[in-house]
Amino acid sequence: MARRSTHRPAAAGIRALFLFAVALVMASGAALASPPGQAASAGPWVDLGRVATPDEVRAWDIDVRADFKGLPPGSGSVDDGMDIWDERCASCHGVFGESNEIFTPIVGGTSDADIERGRVAALADGSEPQRTTLMRLSRLSTLWDYTRRAMPWNAPKSLSVDEVYAVVAYILNMGGIIDDDFVLSDRNMAEVQARLPNRDGITFHRAMWDVDGKPDVQGDACMRDCGTTMDVHSAMPPFARDAHGNLALQNRVVGPVRGTDTTRDPPGTLEQAREFALAAASAGMAGAETGTAGTDVAGAPARLAQGHNCFSCHTRDQALVGPAFKAVANKYAGSPGAADRLVRAVKEGSQGVWGTVPMPPNAGVADADAGAIVKWILDGAP
Amino acid sequence: MADQAPTPGRILPAPEGHIRADQLRAAGTARRAFMGKALAMGAGAAVAGRAAAAEPVGEKQILELPAHSTGLGQPVAARGYGQPSRWEGNLQRRESPGLTRVSAASVSFAPLQGLFGIITPNGLHFERHHQGWWDIDPSQHRLMINGLVKAPRVYTMDELMRMPSTSRIHFIECGANSGMEWGGVAVPTVQYTHGMLSCCEYTGVLLSTLLDACGAEVGSGTGDDRYVLAEGADGSSMTRTISMKAALDDVMVAWAMNGEMLRPENGYPLRLVVPGVQGVSWVKYLRRIEVGDQPWDTKDEVLHYVDMMPDGMLRQFTSIQEVKSVITSPSGGQTLLDHGYYNVTGLAWSGRGRIKRVDVSTDGGRNWRTARLESPVLPKALTRFNIDFTWDGSPAILQSRAIDETGHVQPKINQLRAVRGTRSIYHNNAIQSWRLLPSGEVGNVQVY
Repeated sequence: MARRSTHRPAAAGIRALFLFAVALVMASGAALASPPGQAASAGPWVDLGRVATPDEVRAWDIDVRADFKGLPPGSGSVDDGMDIWDERCASCHGVFGESNEIFTPIVGGTSDADIERGRVAALADGSEPQRTTLMRLSRLSTLWDYTRRAMPWNAPKSLSVDEVYAVVAYILNMGGIIDDDFVLSDRNMAEVQARLPNRDGITFHRAMWDVDGKPDVQGDACMRDCGTTMDVHSAMPPFARDAHGNLALQNRVVGPVRGTDTTRDPPGTLEQAREFALAAASAGMAGAETGTAGTDVAGAPARLAQGHNCFSCHTRDQALVGPAFKAVANKYAGSPGAADRLVRAVKEGSQGVWGTVPMPPNAGVADADAGAIVKWILDGAP
Repeated sequence: MADQAPTPGRILPAPEGHIRADQLRAAGTARRAFMGKALAMGAGAAVAGRAAAAEPVGEKQILELPAHSTGLGQPVAARGYGQPSRWEGNLQRRESPGLTRVSAASVSFAPLQGLFGIITPNGLHFERHHQGWWDIDPSQHRLMINGLVKAPRVYTMDELMRMPSTSRIHFIECGANSGMEWGGVAVPTVQYTHGMLSCCEYTGVLLSTLLDACGAEVGSGTGDDRYVLAEGADGSSMTRTISMKAALDDVMVAWAMNGEMLRPENGYPLRLVVPGVQGVSWVKYLRRIEVGDQPWDTKDEVLHYVDMMPDGMLRQFTSIQEVKSVITSPSGGQTLLDHGYYNVTGLAWSGRGRIKRVDVSTDGGRNWRTARLESPVLPKALTRFNIDFTWDGSPAILQSRAIDETGHVQPKINQLRAVRGTRSIYHNNAIQSWRLLPSGEVGNVQVY
């Protein structure tokens, strides 16, 4: 996999230094060449900075607007898109773009009737549990622009222009918007825009964009005997009492209040509540003394794994995109050569051991780091 | 004055070397005499103590001197960059379990329940990353300004930091703050209900200064014919359209927060500050500003940060964070330890200007009292309010309601739902209710 990421060894640094030197030279030139009439209106700092070169503007100005201003020429077929999808996209978004494991699903919830009408019915009637990208998408440029600038997740901007057309074509094809043999290009984007299921499903609410505008909902400033009851319409359900952890350990150990000890059932009396809260705070202070309060990822290897984004796809205990670290430890317990094999999997990628979703290569992880992380995983990710 | 011999023992306004030898001798004699007296008195007291044998009455915290009163403390610069007390470890930014699946595209919430005043400490500022955070080498960072300008320009950090700078205090709130509560109560504490909120003193150059310097076309002034795009340098290269009116008013290109450079998690070395506007527009790792004649309809303007209305219509560009407030203590997940007096404290803010008034109710919104606003009360900044409350042990529903200088009044959740339904996710500025039980426990409820 091509990883045109920012972390590259020495050569890149030297090149950057060279560019920096060029930039300095150009900066002094630009000061002399300031357009006439600009300095008068702009103050004495107008000479700071320099004029950008056309190549620099082209390198960064990649945005594509709803009227397709900025769309580069190129094309890609649904077929090509499928190949790229399976290799680069499916691990997060699912083989059919339907996965909600990691992100909101991309495909699903739209119909031929929606394509006809330009509004997605399921958004109004709430019949779909998830609001997929294609359900909400009203501007084809948005999908194209975002795919180019930010995808794939772990190697953004690594797709060529034609690859972006191909991937977008495949997504649209999975949503039934274009046919299997379609080739998407800068020449037919407007045509496809006219088939987006939710193309008319968006409005601009000016009053809440403009600071001089007005919100759509107003409260009232009643002070006495206002129209309300003390009815509790909604409250935290008892089963969720500790869903956010022990709240005693999320509050200060001094002050007018303590955090509620959510590892216990609700106390019946003030005395009992006070006893629980103070005891929990004391327990928290013990954590403070050992310096472990508030830490979640403990230990150097775990921090290393966090630094290399392993937790984006794995957790200790539960399968996410990839298997749980503990499951990996169990699978390879006592198996000779496991460490070497896993270091290779980390660095070169792997597929098929834990299902169809491929693990992407992480060539940028140093051998020593990969070794330490793998050892930690095989130890059960303590 | 110079001829007079100062009395030994008197405090002199100069170093000890100024004391003459005879004065020093006199001081030494006096000291020995004092020590002798003190020794004699001490012995007497010990004898008296043995005779009475009475246990001292009082707290051991006072009667028994702790190590820090009887030993030597840490030297200066033991920690080159100071850290909070180890006793403060519970106050951390935290994720809300189950809210997101991937920690690089997630949010951590600021612990508002334990913060004071209006400034958020940099290490507790909430985080929202769309594709992970970076610690970028500032000497390699560039800001480009292009589009409808006389000539596109590039700035280094060196050049930006030479610009005329300004420092201003503003709140930043994610458009999705309180978003989990549209359908009902979903999270237990103010950290999770309101913690995508922070407030800093930002230092940077006004965007208008840079636009002027580049000869930008700013349009007719109505804001309808020219727009600004802000773009980040990170993997997601976040893009958001900024209104030209705001760009020419108070939008800043900032490199500092609270007296130090931006934290990496908050966009080091450069971020946009868009006062009053939802946090997604405050593009981090800012690399580019483009001037154009239409909004861009980016991912976070078309697919996200849109209000879903009851008819399924998506409403885009509702960017102003409307008037809002919340009681931060006592608040959900806290326990009051006794009856009696409490200072109820909280925060109020509005994306349209200053806070004019905050009212607090302890009976679920039937009766209200006006709280004290602490200074400073700044436009588009957090404002701290306080009000007395004496708890007699009965159940209570605590609420706060803010009114801003434009006269907008913070609504109740049912008033918001009547217009926007329950599936909106974004821009929930409802009055927050905390229920105080006779046991002293405070919980998150919705009362209207």
